[in-house]
Amino acid sequence: MAGAVNLLAQRHPINSALSLVVVMGSLAVEYLLLGAEFVAAVQVIVYAGAIMVLFVFVIMLLNAGEEARTKGSKVALLFGVPGMLVGSILMGWVLIERSGDKAVPAGALPGAPKLIGWLLFHDFLLPFEVTSILVLIAIMGAVVLASHPDTDQGKKER
Amino acid sequence: MVPISYYLILSGILFACGVTGFLIKRNIISIFMSIELMLNGVNLSFVAFAAQWHALSGQVFVFFVMVVAAAEAAVGLAIIISVYRTRETLNVDQVDLLKL
Amino acid sequence: MTPNLHLWLIPLLPLVGAAINGIFGKKFSRQTVAGVALSFSGAAFLKVLAVAFSFSSLAIPHTETLATWIRAGSFQADFAFYLDQLSLVMLLVVTGVGLLIHVYSVGYMWEEGGFYRFFAYLNLFMFFMLTLVLASNYLLMFIGWEGVGLASYLLIGFWFTKDSAAAAGKKAFIVNRIGDFGFLIALFLLIKHFGSLNFEVVARSVSPLSPETGGAGLLTAIGLLLMVGAAGKSAQIPLYVWLPDAMEGPTPVSALIHAATMVTAGVYMVSRSHVIFERAPTALMVVAIVGTLTALFAATIGVTQTDIKKVLAYSTVSQLGYMFIACGVGAFSAAIFHLMTHAFFKGLLFLAAGSVIHAVGGEQDMRQMGGLRTKIPWTFWTMTVGTFAIAGIPPLAGFFSKDEILWRAYQASRVYWATGLFTALLTSFYMFRLWFLTFFAEYRGTAEAADGHSPPHGHADGHRGIHESPMVMVIPLVVLAVLSFTGGWIGVPGSLGGSNRFDKFLGAVFRSTTPALDPQQQAAGEVTSAEKETEAPEPQSGHATELVFSGISVLAALIGFGLAWLLYWRNPLWPQQIASSLGGLYQAVVHKYYIDELYATLLVKPLIAGSALILWHGIDRDVIDATLDNSAHGANEVSDAVRHMQSGNLRSYAGWVAAGAALVIAYMVWMGTR
Repeated sequence: MAGAVNLLAQRHPINSALSLVVVMGSLAVEYLLLGAEFVAAVQVIVYAGAIMVLFVFVIMLLNAGEEARTKGSKVALLFGVPGMLVGSILMGWVLIERSGDKAVPAGALPGAPKLIGWLLFHDFLLPFEVTSILVLIAIMGAVVLASHPDTDQGKKER
Repeated sequence: MVPISYYLILSGILFACGVTGFLIKRNIISIFMSIELMLNGVNLSFVAFAAQWHALSGQVFVFFVMVVAAAEAAVGLAIIISVYRTRETLNVDQVDLLKL
Repeated sequence: MTPNLHLWLIPLLPLVGAAINGIFGKKFSRQTVAGVALSFSGAAFLKVLAVAFSFSSLAIPHTETLATWIRAGSFQADFAFYLDQLSLVMLLVVTGVGLLIHVYSVGYMWEEGGFYRFFAYLNLFMFFMLTLVLASNYLLMFIGWEGVGLASYLLIGFWFTKDSAAAAGKKAFIVNRIGDFGFLIALFLLIKHFGSLNFEVVARSVSPLSPETGGAGLLTAIGLLLMVGAAGKSAQIPLYVWLPDAMEGPTPVSALIHAATMVTAGVYMVSRSHVIFERAPTALMVVAIVGTLTALFAATIGVTQTDIKKVLAYSTVSQLGYMFIACGVGAFSAAIFHLMTHAFFKGLLFLAAGSVIHAVGGEQDMRQMGGLRTKIPWTFWTMTVGTFAIAGIPPLAGFFSKDEILWRAYQASRVYWATGLFTALLTSFYMFRLWFLTFFAEYRGTAEAADGHSPPHGHADGHRGIHESPMVMVIPLVVLAVLSFTGGWIGVPGSLGGSNRFDKFLGAVFRSTTPALDPQQQAAGEVTSAEKETEAPEPQSGHATELVFSGISVLAALIGFGLAWLLYWRNPLWPQQIASSLGGLYQAVVHKYYIDELYATLLVKPLIAGSALILWHGIDRDVIDATLDNSAHGANEVSDAVRHMQSGNLRSYAGWVAAGAALVIAYMVWMGTR
């Protein structure tokens, strides 16, 4: 939570990125508490390890500086923030009212990684394959989008 | 024994922070990071429910969410780089060519 | 066994002619247009002759149904034709005189623009008039009624580029419409109470009813409303104002429509409805009073007019008044007799006037004429016959028909007779005034008037000086003159030795079973139940009295002649002196008693002001236009406001999304807690 709030508070994006890493780490611990070791491991490796690194790369690459104060959007502040507040308060109220005090067992679930693998390659095979294709497309898109205009069209006559 | 509502409230708070950041921040990368925060909050609630109902498909879904988040982060950052090249700014208020 | 005479051909042939000329006429040569028009109206006339020849072998009344038209519940109206003696007389008059006027118009309109249009309208008029006459129910008659009003409008405003002509056409149509309103209400009453508009059905339903005394009642109402319609169409008080203005149209139009046929439609309609009128004495009395007043009123105005056509117009109004007097005293066949002779001599007078106007190159003011007797002999002699006929001098046609009316009027009321007699004197006076002014003394017009530079009647044939009209115009004049001379001879009354075949012929139509009418009228023969003969044998004293009255009428006519001779031949300076000494009275009469101005202030101007203020400004502009304008404006405003949503700003989009999401969540929570 501290990390999340800090993300909002910081002005320089690199500080926000580092706060996000903190959030990821804490979440990994939470997952462990909930008995999802595999997910925790994946969280640390993929999210904190790959995605955040990517973010930091881009921030460094683009030399993003402090946020300048520009004329913002009235709508965002007028409608959005109160709206969001309303929404979250409602959600919170519902959760508190309705969920009762159902307890969650701590500790690992038996045979989790093996079972996850089983589910992934049997019941959820199709989503798995589709997701892999999605990743492929994302890679191609990222390459195309981020490529330097000169290198791609350098072969063409100007 | 932790009541599930605690996890859900935390998830809600994370999500709310993400939305607020999305609305408040002016740097496009910060906005992206807020999106990632939202996704993480959702992941947490998935895992919490998976643990409560002993249904591992919750964790599998988290897996998929992460994959998609990664892909989306990659593409999104590529777009940001592209926008930066043309508009020379990372301030989202100055990228408003689509206005009427 | 009723043979099928194909009566529908009679109206339809002119309609075909009108269609051909109307659609293709622009490309035809004048000869072709004239040929088409004449052949189709001529064919209609021949068909009528054929029907007339086979008339005696038919069962009267003879009906032919063409098709069913309206069938609504118990009400039915068909395209059906009805032939009896009355229709036959009207048919012969309309087609015969109509054909003659068609022939005349070929010559008169030869150099005019819009030649094909004129003949298309003329044939169209014939179609409507024949429909009116042949109809077997009031509704089909009403179609013809409205149609002749339309044709009249088209033809009066023929030279539509001239403002006064266009205005006159509009005036005619609108005043007609006012009359039609009364007619329509009468039709509604008929439908409501008798369930049908068919003549035979109405007659059968009305016959058993007894006459309404005391003035109020259904039949009186119907009769009065029908009279309103007739007053509009036949130019009686108070709806006569359109007829003098209608002289803006070409002279053949005035002859055909406003002398011979259309204006007589009112008389025909009243005669057709005689069953109703005979049972509504109050309505009959109103008819007679209106006729009397109109006859006198118009005659006084005619005395002072200087335009040759206007004199004839007021004369027409006056003569129509005579016909309504006849109807009003129950002498329907006398009215129709006068209708027929009037068609002859008034048509002749108008056509001859047209010939005069043609001769002097478009001039219509009689003060600019004179001495034309030797220069246009054919026109002079035919017009003389017409003038003598209308004045009622025996043995010409006008004498017999007018005398019949005066005799019958006397038997109803001395007042009618006295007024009619005085009007006859005035008629004779102003007609001979016209005669003397136009044809005698020296020519007062401009020497080169025959160049024809006045717009309605120019001719480029290089004629110089006053010239006689071409043969194509003169021949119809001659034919009409012969008819005006001899036309009265079929109606010679018993007192003068004749057998009044006309009255007997038409009497079969006007049979009624009303027992309570004046016994003297019964003796005079208008109403006996079982007899076909309407002229019951009169006592010798009746004959002698009638002879005396005929003598008085002739005397009145001769006095009129004498006065005209005195004022316009012997002492031409007297009229001016008399006029100036009468001062204001004369001025009032010359200005038609300022009736037009009165109508304008009382009716026309308030109506126009009201329309402009309430209907135009208030409703059309401020309600209808405003609604549309404001809704368009509103759409504009709304879209202007909404436009701001698409700002291109990412954060505002995000804001909207968040707000929307909050709404959805709130809604779901609310639904969940219900």
